[in-house]
Amino acid sequence: MSSTSQLALIARRSVSRTFRQPVLVVPVIAFPLILLAVNAAGLSSVTELPGFPTKSYINFAIVVCFVQGALFAAISAGTELASDIQTGFTDRLALTPAKRWVVLAGATAGGASIAVFGSVIYLVVGLIFGVEIDTGVVGALVLLALAIYTAIAFAGIGAWLAVATGSPQAVQGMFPLLFVLLFLSTMSLPLDFIQKEWFATIVEWNPLTYLIDGMRGLVIGGWDASTLLPAIAVATGIMVITFTGASRSLRKRVQRT
Amino acid sequence: MARDNGIEVEGIVRLFGGGIRAVDGVDLSVAPGEIYGFLGPNGAGKSTMVLMLVTLLPPTEGRATVAGFDVAKQGPQVRTVIGAALQEAALDSFLTGNEHMDLQGGLHGLSRNERRTRGAELLERVGLSDAAGRKVGGYSGGMKRRLDLALALLHRPSVLFLDEPTTGLDPQSRSALWAEVERLSREDGVTVFLTTQYLEEADVLADRVGIIDHGKLVAEGTPTELKAGIGQVSLEATPVNPNDRERLAATLARFGEPAAASPKSVAVRLAAGAAQLADVVRALDADSIEVADLQLHQPSLDDVFLQQTGRSLEGEEVDKEPAS
Amino acid sequence: MISSTLSVSLAVLRRVMIQTIKNPAIIIPSLAFPLVFLVAFAGGLSIVADVPGFSFKGGYTAFQFVFVFTQTAAFGGIFTGYRIAEDYESGFARRLLIAAPHSAGILLGFVLAGLARFFLTGLILWGIALVAGMNVLGSPLEILAMWLLAANVSIASTLWVAGLAFRFQSVDIGSFMQMPVFILLFLAPVYVPLALLTGWLKLAATYNPVTAILAANRGFISGEESKALLAFGLAVGLAALMALWAVRQFHRAHRSVA
Repeated sequence: MSSTSQLALIARRSVSRTFRQPVLVVPVIAFPLILLAVNAAGLSSVTELPGFPTKSYINFAIVVCFVQGALFAAISAGTELASDIQTGFTDRLALTPAKRWVVLAGATAGGASIAVFGSVIYLVVGLIFGVEIDTGVVGALVLLALAIYTAIAFAGIGAWLAVATGSPQAVQGMFPLLFVLLFLSTMSLPLDFIQKEWFATIVEWNPLTYLIDGMRGLVIGGWDASTLLPAIAVATGIMVITFTGASRSLRKRVQRT
Repeated sequence: MARDNGIEVEGIVRLFGGGIRAVDGVDLSVAPGEIYGFLGPNGAGKSTMVLMLVTLLPPTEGRATVAGFDVAKQGPQVRTVIGAALQEAALDSFLTGNEHMDLQGGLHGLSRNERRTRGAELLERVGLSDAAGRKVGGYSGGMKRRLDLALALLHRPSVLFLDEPTTGLDPQSRSALWAEVERLSREDGVTVFLTTQYLEEADVLADRVGIIDHGKLVAEGTPTELKAGIGQVSLEATPVNPNDRERLAATLARFGEPAAASPKSVAVRLAAGAAQLADVVRALDADSIEVADLQLHQPSLDDVFLQQTGRSLEGEEVDKEPAS
Repeated sequence: MISSTLSVSLAVLRRVMIQTIKNPAIIIPSLAFPLVFLVAFAGGLSIVADVPGFSFKGGYTAFQFVFVFTQTAAFGGIFTGYRIAEDYESGFARRLLIAAPHSAGILLGFVLAGLARFFLTGLILWGIALVAGMNVLGSPLEILAMWLLAANVSIASTLWVAGLAFRFQSVDIGSFMQMPVFILLFLAPVYVPLALLTGWLKLAATYNPVTAILAANRGFISGEESKALLAFGLAVGLAALMALWAVRQFHRAHRSVA
């Protein structure tokens, strides 16, 4: 049997079990949208600052939902994989002819799939509430694709944490840290609107900034390779580093001969 | 079976961090179609042994082959011929029985049709047909073990590894599982390597038993051989009238050495075995000693363990069972 | 009766405090979250003070500090109330009830514990904000009033979660405990004063008691005029309402002992 069909089987299982747990799905939909609603209304007056790139704050803030969705993907994928390791389900799969990387990638599919589901909903809700995408329909599709690509990359973070710790609690314990990263980015304001230098420095070093800016460029301002390419590069970098780290740790965790 | 589906283990060792020798130089050999019981207390090294044999843990030293394949060098080949139900039936509580069968069957390369028919057949055999469409989260412990067994059999393995398959099961589920394992060995010629901490399980089910303690094999043989090695049957009698205890002891002393007994009773090891029982009864009758209770005690595997290690295997077990 | 109630509440207080001190992991989240918000809001959003129509004498750090301080008060209460639910899961609650059959004493004990915890985290937060150069223009009396007002928020949130814990007796409702408090806090003028809010949020914030509490505390810290009496009235009223709710749930859960 080919690795592709094995991957499909393991991914299908991961997706089914994820969507059978409302506790994993509901927050992914609810939290980003609540935060969007509160911030769009609470910070709407900042669009009056001279030089603010858009007149509607929701246009500015919508992309934060996609990154939040990806963060949830990371945690769900990690928690699910860690609990598979803890219960021995990974061992069960390791006894079949499935390759190690297939087991790993398949297990993260559920987490990534919630982000896909969430991203579509954020986009639809955003459009209903007046989000205007400057790059049009094609831009919306690219935005969605970038969001999904980011979610898969972030699922790698969860997978690495899961394989390295083997504990769902440890993975969940990382969630606040990822959340903090979000707040220390261009989530609420563009970089040149951040006055405090130390804060701007943190924001510049934060990879999430580039993901947000890349997606935001599609909504506000139009096609711009200088924001889009760094976003793709950051997501690719995260993906390569985390999945490599995860599969190395998996070799230690599952010492199959 | 077309090919030799036995297990050969030579001097296998597994070290863990901190210099712990979980398995410390075990040699054993399991004949094709045999049920081998690997008996030992918690932490004796049973699970480590199974993990090595199913290729999930490389041995530190030594060599082992399963159905002729080296567990360290021919992992993929070993995995195609073995089925394993490891400790803590690792099932997904959000998936149904059918979905488990489908997933595992697919990974083993069964076609969609094969998965369906083979899955239904196995679920039927372990009595889970009615529950096949329900999520495993709602299964009882016994149902989970049976599903785990069915999953292990999906790709028609010729060697089956069961790591503590009945721990935590009620007596009915336990004997149902025993019957199925017995059938697999007798009818299908499947070799079964089973670990257990239950004496009764090893005694009833296994053709041969290996007793492991602190990573070392301390005794091996058929249950009968092992028990015979311990020696004779003992007889314990309780007089109706407590004052007769002295006289009873004198009468019984004619049949063998005294043995430990409860305070109201007298016990002796029968020098010529259980066949002497009739003589003992006649002697008691002749001496007009009325007895309230008369019991024969067979030597148990626990006695074997006690003799080899100085400890009782079931010393702290809550669900202590008669081992005869 | 009064002395036994007091001794029960002191025993509860002592127990919660010992647990807290022995296990720093309990206190870290209730400190880390407000700190992150303080850094992200006061540090990252300072330009918001330049929005046309934004007038606040104390500067944006002080403006945001008030929100974070109030949030700390609310979350100190939540984390303390959470311990009650844990006590039910571990069976400790039953032991406590047998030893101390006065609902008032137990509730008071948890409220005191919530306050103690708020006092501790609040002090640390003040220290950090002052080191970071926050402007405090209010008088010592006004700062005291700020603490008192926030203390009422802490009491109200402890009682809210206590009521939930009595009702459900399980920690599974953790997010159920936090969400309403979180929403109430954020449906208020968090980033800008009420006057600069628009649309639905302005409507929600106008009727949210937290708005008045934030406005009063922002007045205190900057020494500006504010409707302090209204805020105190609302805060005490909220705490009283939550006390009623908690006592009701307690009696519902323990008809036989209470």
